[in-house]
Amino acid sequence: MVSRRFSEPGALQPVDLADSTSDFDSPDAPRKNRLDAPIRGPKLGPLEFLRWGWRVLTSMRTAIILMVLLAFASIPGSLVPQRSSDPNGVIVFRNTDPDLFAVYDSFQLFDTFTSVWYSSIYVLLFVSLIGCILPRSLHHWRILRAEPAEAPDKWVRLPFRRAEPATGGVDAALERAETTLRRARYRVVRDGSGVRAEFGYLRETGNLVFHIALVGILVTLAVAGGYGWNGQRVIVEGQTFTNQLASFDTFNPGSWFSETQLEPYGVSLKTFTAEYTQRSSDDPWVPIDFTAELTVTDDNGTSEATLKVNEPLAVGNSQMYLLGNGFAPIITVRDPDGVVVFEQPVVFLSQDSNLTSVGVVKVPDGLSEQVGMQGFFYPSAVELDSGALASNNPEPVNPAVTFNIYTGDLGLDSGQTANVFQLQTEDLTLIAGRNTGVDVVLTLGDVFTLPGGVGSVEFSGLRRFIGVEIRHDATQFGVALGAFFAIAGLLASLGTRRRRVWIRAAGNSRTPKLEWGGMARGDDPRLDVALDKLVERSRTITPDKVSTK
Amino acid sequence: MNYDLESISLVLTYSAMAVYALAFILFTVDLAGRAASEVQSEPTRWLRAAMALLTLGWLVHAAAVITRAISANRVPWANMYEFGLTTTAVLVAVFLGVTFWRDIRFVGAFISGFALLALGIVTVNFYVTVVPLPPALQGYWLIIHVCVAVLSTGFFATGAALSTAQLFQESREEGKLQGRSWRFLSAFPTAAELEALAYRILVIGFVFWTFTLVAGAIWAERAWGRYWGWDTKEVWTFIIWTLFAGYIHARATRGWRGRPAAILSLIGFGAVVFNYSIVNIFFKGLHAYSGL
Repeated sequence: MVSRRFSEPGALQPVDLADSTSDFDSPDAPRKNRLDAPIRGPKLGPLEFLRWGWRVLTSMRTAIILMVLLAFASIPGSLVPQRSSDPNGVIVFRNTDPDLFAVYDSFQLFDTFTSVWYSSIYVLLFVSLIGCILPRSLHHWRILRAEPAEAPDKWVRLPFRRAEPATGGVDAALERAETTLRRARYRVVRDGSGVRAEFGYLRETGNLVFHIALVGILVTLAVAGGYGWNGQRVIVEGQTFTNQLASFDTFNPGSWFSETQLEPYGVSLKTFTAEYTQRSSDDPWVPIDFTAELTVTDDNGTSEATLKVNEPLAVGNSQMYLLGNGFAPIITVRDPDGVVVFEQPVVFLSQDSNLTSVGVVKVPDGLSEQVGMQGFFYPSAVELDSGALASNNPEPVNPAVTFNIYTGDLGLDSGQTANVFQLQTEDLTLIAGRNTGVDVVLTLGDVFTLPGGVGSVEFSGLRRFIGVEIRHDATQFGVALGAFFAIAGLLASLGTRRRRVWIRAAGNSRTPKLEWGGMARGDDPRLDVALDKLVERSRTITPDKVSTK
Repeated sequence: MNYDLESISLVLTYSAMAVYALAFILFTVDLAGRAASEVQSEPTRWLRAAMALLTLGWLVHAAAVITRAISANRVPWANMYEFGLTTTAVLVAVFLGVTFWRDIRFVGAFISGFALLALGIVTVNFYVTVVPLPPALQGYWLIIHVCVAVLSTGFFATGAALSTAQLFQESREEGKLQGRSWRFLSAFPTAAELEALAYRILVIGFVFWTFTLVAGAIWAERAWGRYWGWDTKEVWTFIIWTLFAGYIHARATRGWRGRPAAILSLIGFGAVVFNYSIVNIFFKGLHAYSGL
């Protein structure tokens, strides 16, 4: 059997909210299909024009068009790199095709989701939504407080009709019917020799809750979004991060951020451990666990904490997330007399799954010339047939560093902020490294003496580092609450059928009958089955003592 | 990791495809037979045979999913191959399940054909051996988030089958599709009935998709520090959600019911397929651990 349509063609139009007056809710039901009448534009005055515009905007078909538009307008946000989610992609795009970049940028394609055109679509959609749900909420509020509606004039048009012998007399039968409906959680009103009953108000309530929750989410984003902030920081084993603006490598404040929002605390990285496995010796190594052991110092004193992927750490009013990790070889640079002029772990950024990493060492002071070094780090160095090094294991089995070493002006004194991961080599002199005849390959503990008596470089130790994101997001609670109510409303609305039942006395005094009539709003393939069951139950039920009007 | 079970799972997958292929042929023979018959066409014995084969194929398919899960010692949806394998199993299960409730065997050809095609493409192109999960994929959110995504995809696909049937039936009812080759449509329910059925199934898919979106946001917050960042996959999840929201509204609006709503539903399912295939393979983003 296939779903039954509620009415024959030409009978009641059951589904739309604002259908004929014999349908639910609806003589003046707000929204939806009020545009069926031809629209006459030219004669409108300004006020009428505004009213007409409002009606168009809040009509359902406009809402549908806006939804489809919103879906399609989102597509560029996945095709073109976004400044918000992929800033590097934007830079690469600009470098590879500056002309196209300018065109795209003029259309705000790199900021799709904050662009004027995207914003106008969703703002219009939400204005349309609010324009719809406000009157609908009022309407529903009245319905909720009203009694079930009168039976329609044209009884024969009701999709469900049954005639039942009124066993025990009309009154007794009505009493039983009323009890049946009440126990089925219908709202029931008895008037005289008839009953009217209605069920499923939750359908519209849930629907409204869903839509209001969506508005709530948008309002939360608009209001609370500006109070958020996030920053990124690399922490090497043994180092401490203190939660203040200067400690972040990068920091993105919301529009209403103030520095006092950063609660004072410190987090130091004791150890970081990574676990890898491989299927067989020919297969690549895959990570199976990253764990950072931390010491947290805040108002409550000092405590130990563990930070893992998927398991953020709550500190202060913020959350800390483990987003990356890698190696930081300790590089020691000495002058010709053996005095240490540079000694610190240098963060190398991993380039592949075996953690071949690149990094830069800048030694501006203490030597006769400024020295800059571009390096590769191999956790498990092996020599390829070509003579080049590679790493065959992400764990430090045989750690090695190679360098290209330059002397000259590193450009650090110009006052501009320099990228610690980049060395501008145009104005520098290469003194050692690839293609100079003097390869610089250091395993742990090795020392390389710089040509020309400049000094020496030692790979003196190895640490790991983690990259963390620290974030305060004021919208989370509101959005989570909104999502909860949206889902609850959706389930309640879709899981409820809206039905109306009327019962009236018929027949004559010798063979009294009750006529049952029922209808549903919207598709309701189970209407007949459900109401038949009620009729059946009413034959044998013991009536409650109910007050009758 | 149990590598014997892993290869057994692959053999079972190919076996399921073979049985699906037979089922597809029989479903088609049934439709063709009904198109040729002069009288009001009834389901033929070919249809019963096709349903039996589809059920058998599904059992083999389910065994392939289960052995894969056991061999990997985790949920069988951690990469594109496993997602495809499990989703097609859910799709066929949704179809078989719905036939207990309503007779929708008439879209069996579509379902078996789609399952066969999807399973074939996934197995040939996306197959990866079992590897342990990287840290980012560990935890219960993988179970929840991807499970509801799999379920909703199964419902969306069944709904798309019914919407397709509805579009054909609608054209036929308007007198546009006449002639012998379209006569099989007379065995289908009316366009209005098809639409009502598609709607009920797609609404379930929409609810699951809403869960997918919310669970994904919660997981993203745990893993990446933000619940929503317009990552490519998030963008497409949102697009799909909006399209089906549009479909549900269209269904409730005079002038949009019928063909426009069905077209919206098919655009929505097109976005689902696009999201799984093109977005996973060619778009870069944080969800790029499909194992390819």
